Amino acid sequence: MDGAPVVSHAKTPGLLEGMRLYLRSIAALVWKDLAAELRSRELLSAMLVFALLVILIFNFALELDTRTRATVTAGVLWVTFAFAGTLGLNRSMAMEKDRGCLDGLLLAPVDRSAIYFGKAIGNLIFMILVEVIVLPIYSVLYNINLFQGGLLLVILLGSLGYVAVGTLLSAMAVQTRTRDILLPILLFPVAIPVLIAAVKSSTGFLQGLEMAEISPWLNLLLVYDVVFIAVAFMVFDYVVEE
Amino acid sequence: MEPKPRLLTILDAVTAALFAIAVGLVFFYAPTEAVMGQVQRVFYFHVAAGWVGMLSFLAAAFAGIVYLRTGRRHWDIVGVAAVEIGIAFIFINIVTGSIWARPIWNTWWTWDPRLTTATIMELIYAAYLMLRQGIEDPDRRGRFGAVYAIVGFISVPLTFMSARLFRTIHPIVIGSNQPGAEGQFDMTPRMLQTFMFSLLTFTFVFVDLLWHRVRLGKLADHVEQLKLKLAA
Repeated sequence: MDGAPVVSHAKTPGLLEGMRLYLRSIAALVWKDLAAELRSRELLSAMLVFALLVILIFNFALELDTRTRATVTAGVLWVTFAFAGTLGLNRSMAMEKDRGCLDGLLLAPVDRSAIYFGKAIGNLIFMILVEVIVLPIYSVLYNINLFQGGLLLVILLGSLGYVAVGTLLSAMAVQTRTRDILLPILLFPVAIPVLIAAVKSSTGFLQGLEMAEISPWLNLLLVYDVVFIAVAFMVFDYVVEE
Repeated sequence: MEPKPRLLTILDAVTAALFAIAVGLVFFYAPTEAVMGQVQRVFYFHVAAGWVGMLSFLAAAFAGIVYLRTGRRHWDIVGVAAVEIGIAFIFINIVTGSIWARPIWNTWWTWDPRLTTATIMELIYAAYLMLRQGIEDPDRRGRFGAVYAIVGFISVPLTFMSARLFRTIHPIVIGSNQPGAEGQFDMTPRMLQTFMFSLLTFTFVFVDLLWHRVRLGKLADHVEQLKLKLAA
């Protein structure tokens, strides 16, 4: 009985230490993006204004009166988030590419997948920040309560899946000749399952449907998130390799 | 430059013969369907083309995985070849489906899961070609193409599932039909034989085309190298 804990105690620090280093490098990467944003405030303000403009355009395009609002709100929100998200994803990777920052990151003695997770978490934070500001504005403008637990969960899961695959694809898109126009073309067809599932489950929560009707969509969202985070984790190395 | 392999010439001949027989079977051997009439004959090549399309995209994803692991040019060429063939055949699949749907569903197009999935698949692989076009370095082009072929192929079944949670009206000829499917029918033995033969024929067409396209890709590489040599 005495020997066992000592052995496991001797083994775990190595693993734990490695894990902690890995997490710390991810945190450093996220902090780098946040600090840069905090000082320049370029990305967030652009995403935000863009998101509000998209909602404004929808208002005129769809004539968002009380009856249509109930059915199309989820669609309007997700199209807005997807567009604003693309803007953020493109900018966040272009920033790395422009001044050779990406090469610096690649030289850093961290695992390549840490770079992926760092960038993805940074992108997720920006996307969520935009959503956090857009949701109350939308709620006030259209007199509809969007602050429901279920809906917020869907928005989190949907954004996660969108950003997981978006970060991978934006890392590819910025390295091509047609960088700015390529990201949406690459991302939208691949992200369609996550958008469909997110729109459907959001509508379900907004219309107060039974959980049994919403859960297939939630499951699909979860499967998408897990699968694409795993795939991106595996192939990211090949995308940033020089 | 290596001459055209003997086996490929034989494969060409076999494929052409099979195709001629398949056309004959579809028009003269298979009975006319009682309810839908002549237009049902499009079914044999419609499903076969869809099968080749899926096979191609699977091959592209597989080639992508092997390329990432080995880094051999050959697998990159196989990947592009498969994607190009897949795009062509899914397009044939969509067009033949529309021809059938016009009299049976009374519309050229409907947002049914299978139709939606086929369209999105076309868009994914169109994006694949655009991605490749935007990259000059052949090594990077190969890597990015491989990654996108894998990511795209994984999203296809998810797209299908997400679209399937909406109700489908597309008939499922093999396996059990959902209630509400329109235009279903039971296959007689002759129909089944024709159908299986079409699948076999189109698989031969796929292998033959892939081989030719891979050869073409290698020749293009060769020309590129010769040009560089001349310029130097």
